[in-house]
Amino acid sequence: MAGTIDFAPEDRFNAFLAICDQPQYGDGPLAGIPVAVKDNISTQGIETTCASKILKGYVPPYDAHAVTLLKNAGAAIAGKTNMDEFGMGTTTENSAFGPTLNPCDTGRVPGGSSGGSAAAIAAGMVRMALGTDTGGSIRCPAAFCGIVGLKPTYGRVSRYGLIAYANSLEGIGPMGRTVSDVNTLMGVIAGHDRRDSTSQDRPYAHTPDAAIKGLKIGIPEEYFGAGVDPEVAAKVRTAIGKLEELGATTVPCSIPSMEFALAAYYVTCTCEASSNLARFDGVRYGPAADTRKSWHEAFQEVRRAGFGTEVRRRIMLGTFALSSGYYGKYYAKAQVARENVRKDFLRILADVDVIAGPTMPTVAFRLGEKSDPLSMYLADILTVPANLAGIPSISVPCGKAGGMPVGLQIMGRHFADERVVDVAYAYEQAVS
Amino acid sequence: MVSEHDVRHIAGLADAGISPEELGTFTHQFNAILEYFDMLDRVKGDPAVERELYNVMREDEVEPALPQDEVLRNAAAKEDGFIRAPRVM
Repeated sequence: MAGTIDFAPEDRFNAFLAICDQPQYGDGPLAGIPVAVKDNISTQGIETTCASKILKGYVPPYDAHAVTLLKNAGAAIAGKTNMDEFGMGTTTENSAFGPTLNPCDTGRVPGGSSGGSAAAIAAGMVRMALGTDTGGSIRCPAAFCGIVGLKPTYGRVSRYGLIAYANSLEGIGPMGRTVSDVNTLMGVIAGHDRRDSTSQDRPYAHTPDAAIKGLKIGIPEEYFGAGVDPEVAAKVRTAIGKLEELGATTVPCSIPSMEFALAAYYVTCTCEASSNLARFDGVRYGPAADTRKSWHEAFQEVRRAGFGTEVRRRIMLGTFALSSGYYGKYYAKAQVARENVRKDFLRILADVDVIAGPTMPTVAFRLGEKSDPLSMYLADILTVPANLAGIPSISVPCGKAGGMPVGLQIMGRHFADERVVDVAYAYEQAVS
Repeated sequence: MVSEHDVRHIAGLADAGISPEELGTFTHQFNAILEYFDMLDRVKGDPAVERELYNVMREDEVEPALPQDEVLRNAAAKEDGFIRAPRVM
């Protein structure tokens, strides 16, 4: 069985940057299901821009490994979704092609950076989508739009064909309306790929199991501390109470290294970005560099015109942090802080099965609310620890605060993606 | 504290291409962010990372690659099967 489907949704929320109106599909577990793909994941023959003017018109000559696997599973590639430029943002407002709106309230952001994927699912345009998560970019929009999003263990899904922003932190992951859909999509995209040097041979073949009796859940005090909206915290505590009713036990725990997690994250990702984004020079792809000018002159001209403000800000911050005399102060210290986060998680997860807390400290911001870069960065405090440690983490909707969706975040041991999916599934089944 | 002069220097190193009008805002924002990063001075711990997993590279052997026309398709300026670039010297 194979063919094409008609896919012509009305995109009222600017969720898509490209729509494939008659995508092909084949046989397999995703036969005939339209799946949207975030625009920083390469799709052969379909324009891929990372929501940046510097890649306008770029048509990849090859598919990302995750996209090849989607096609092998019969999926129909429905289109490319909007995002913060190169994944740099928490709202999808940093797109060169206009912000995506939150389908739950169009005066608010969908979260980011995978905001287009989340909005497309929340609006019912697609059942599932691929996102990427560097510091919360799958889980934040999942929480803000009221859908499910999984950041897999680092190394479990190939990054081949993912246009790099911060390689040591980022990964591709599944997003969907239900935990079951996320589980199905994860089963398709996980597995070894020799073209990604960090890929692990850990395929994912799992049927969600809602039996969580005896499960031990760690509740870190830092996830309910200052800066977390009390109404959001209350919703998440109620959700954890539901897990207790299902037979789980909870124990308080502490992640002291979280104090430095956000600074460590932003130093690391900006340093990696300054190196990764050096390739965008208007020579091999993107808008033409003026070949009559000198290299640096032409390069700077292309990058000023092609990159948005946040992208240039992060490239410059990273360049500064890596520059002579500052490496030890910023990058080296950030790596110590990162290792401390990883050790804290290993210590806690030796005693508990999973760790639970809010995905985001607040509900979705109003459009334009976070105009200052530092205040935007601070919103990532509850999601970046999982990226620093490389552990799996899922966000599942757990009610509303002030009319907007709230996400329950469940983090687990390295390669125990199945476990966090089970806990999310147990919660979802209990409340639906 | 970084000055506008420092930010202009960094922009040059990064080929970030900032305009004179942006310099003041960038400098102000940089100082707020770098002040926040300064907390890393207080981080204590061993810089040695315990590794259980390592990157795996394939053997350095010639494998089939994309055809030349596919590779050149996205380049804006090309000549005789090559990509044209701005002059380096």
